[in-house]
Amino acid sequence: MNIVKRIAGFLWMALAPAALWFLVSTALQEVARKPVTDTKIQWSVFCIVFLPISVGLFLFGWYAVKGEYDRLPESSGELDVD
Amino acid sequence: MDGTKAAQGRNPIWQVIGASSVGTLIEWYDFYIFGSLAPIIAAQFFPKTDPTAALLATLATFAAGFIVRPFGALVFGRLGDIVGRKYTFLLTLVLMGGSTFAIGLVPGYASIGFAAPIIILVLRLVQGLALGGEYGGAATYVAEHAPSERRGYYTSWIQTTATLGLLLSLGIILGTRSNLDADAGISIEKFEDWGWRIPFLLSSVLLGVSVYIRLRMKESPAFTALKQSGKTSTNPIRESFAHRSNLKMVLLALFGMVMGQGVVWYTGQFYAQTFLENACRIDFGQTRTILIWAIVLATPFFILFGWLSDRIGRKWIMLAGMFLAVASYRPVYQAMLDTSSTKGLASDPSLDRVQRSLSPSNGKQWSLVHVTSYRAFPNGILEKEVRRDTLYADERPIGAGSPKVSRELPSDRYRWMVALVFVQILFVTMVYGPIAAFLVELFPTRIRYTSMSLPYHVGNGVFGGLTPFIAVLLTTMDAADPLVGLWYPIAVAGLCLVIGTLYVSNRIDPNVND
Repeated sequence: MNIVKRIAGFLWMALAPAALWFLVSTALQEVARKPVTDTKIQWSVFCIVFLPISVGLFLFGWYAVKGEYDRLPESSGELDVD
Repeated sequence: MDGTKAAQGRNPIWQVIGASSVGTLIEWYDFYIFGSLAPIIAAQFFPKTDPTAALLATLATFAAGFIVRPFGALVFGRLGDIVGRKYTFLLTLVLMGGSTFAIGLVPGYASIGFAAPIIILVLRLVQGLALGGEYGGAATYVAEHAPSERRGYYTSWIQTTATLGLLLSLGIILGTRSNLDADAGISIEKFEDWGWRIPFLLSSVLLGVSVYIRLRMKESPAFTALKQSGKTSTNPIRESFAHRSNLKMVLLALFGMVMGQGVVWYTGQFYAQTFLENACRIDFGQTRTILIWAIVLATPFFILFGWLSDRIGRKWIMLAGMFLAVASYRPVYQAMLDTSSTKGLASDPSLDRVQRSLSPSNGKQWSLVHVTSYRAFPNGILEKEVRRDTLYADERPIGAGSPKVSRELPSDRYRWMVALVFVQILFVTMVYGPIAAFLVELFPTRIRYTSMSLPYHVGNGVFGGLTPFIAVLLTTMDAADPLVGLWYPIAVAGLCLVIGTLYVSNRIDPNVND
């Protein structure tokens, strides 16, 4: 199972920029099709909001590839945050 | 310290649940009345030159309300981990209630011009911020009082509040809209003119009751113990997101569970409402009562799935809900279209009728003419087409007016529609019932409020909250397929299902006081 988790990590890493590319290209098409303020605001908001999320998805994939999820903590006390 | 003993020594558990739930319910109520009244608010506060632009402006404001939620999660999550749960979720409650009350008092665009939409936008942003801080506090507060073997069950009561807040908002809006005058048509006109303010103003009463209840509560035992030992976090945001060991759990919570839960939640309870009204063209009142029935029937399942999650774990219940949603959304929505369809049917001419009414001119040189045509179809559906136009005193000809079509379902089709919406809310109860316990168990007490609030509000606020908006947008991009909007929740929930299945653990943490 850990092998699958790690291999799938590459998929999440690839999916993050692909999703962002899809979003930005759709946004540009839509703004070009209907260049009014409403369209520009809507798509700008989508792009700005989903940018950090796609960075997060990339990071999630990276952690998966590195084996960070091979074993999850048994309790929250194991998380070293001090 | 054991949560149960602490609870018995301080606040009985049902008092804890009651105080947390009532406040959270009111916050949801406050948040939803704005969304439910979006078209009326658009007419009141945004320039009327283009009604679509006005509606979009309101929807954008609605979206802004959701988008600022993650920031609220950070601001109030940090406060909750430093100062304490009780005072933080008291503050969020006051901010939410105060801004809702203020929305009810803001003069319209016609009175104060462009200041009106700006004030509304600011108040909406405050609502979003407050909501971002509320849920994490309430869920943490209850979970830190609950015994480990009943954590899912007790926190599931908090989970009912989002749905019950929606129910309360629908009920109050529907009740106000139909009781402002003996004549139904005039009552609706009054509601759209000034009556819409009542649900906002009513919030102050609910706020007062809720603040009173919450003020009597004590701080959570786990947080009190942490504070007494001097181990509270000094920088919860850094500890939550700059430490890899915690950040990886935040990302897992978001991509492996909450983003899927968010889209299932908003599809079942909001997109369903939009779809009933715009695609199925069901009449305003019936749309609301269909949703009300479905919510009333499904709400006990939040508790059932919360209770079940204490026995078999949280993971598979939530993922099963996501799987069922992904697999059934298209057939369910197709059935909703079929149930309300009059396609290929001819109306019965002997039952067709037309009504004309003229609103009083009140000294003006014009008045409004309403022409309402009723068509009865063999499948029992009654279709109503209203054309509204202006009748001028100088005898200019009346135009055709833009028609507004709505349908009223007969009782058998109405019940079937309730069942179709109920199924969607049942999926909501599966994904949402156990999630508070799931999130609480992922993170340590010192940074729990911050760590669980952010993924929750990104998943629900961004992925979920934008569902109706993105789905409607997809429909405008491909008008040929009325179900095209469903690809967004299906894709997000499907991705989450795969990630959750692979990476999330089904283990229940026996001790959340670490």
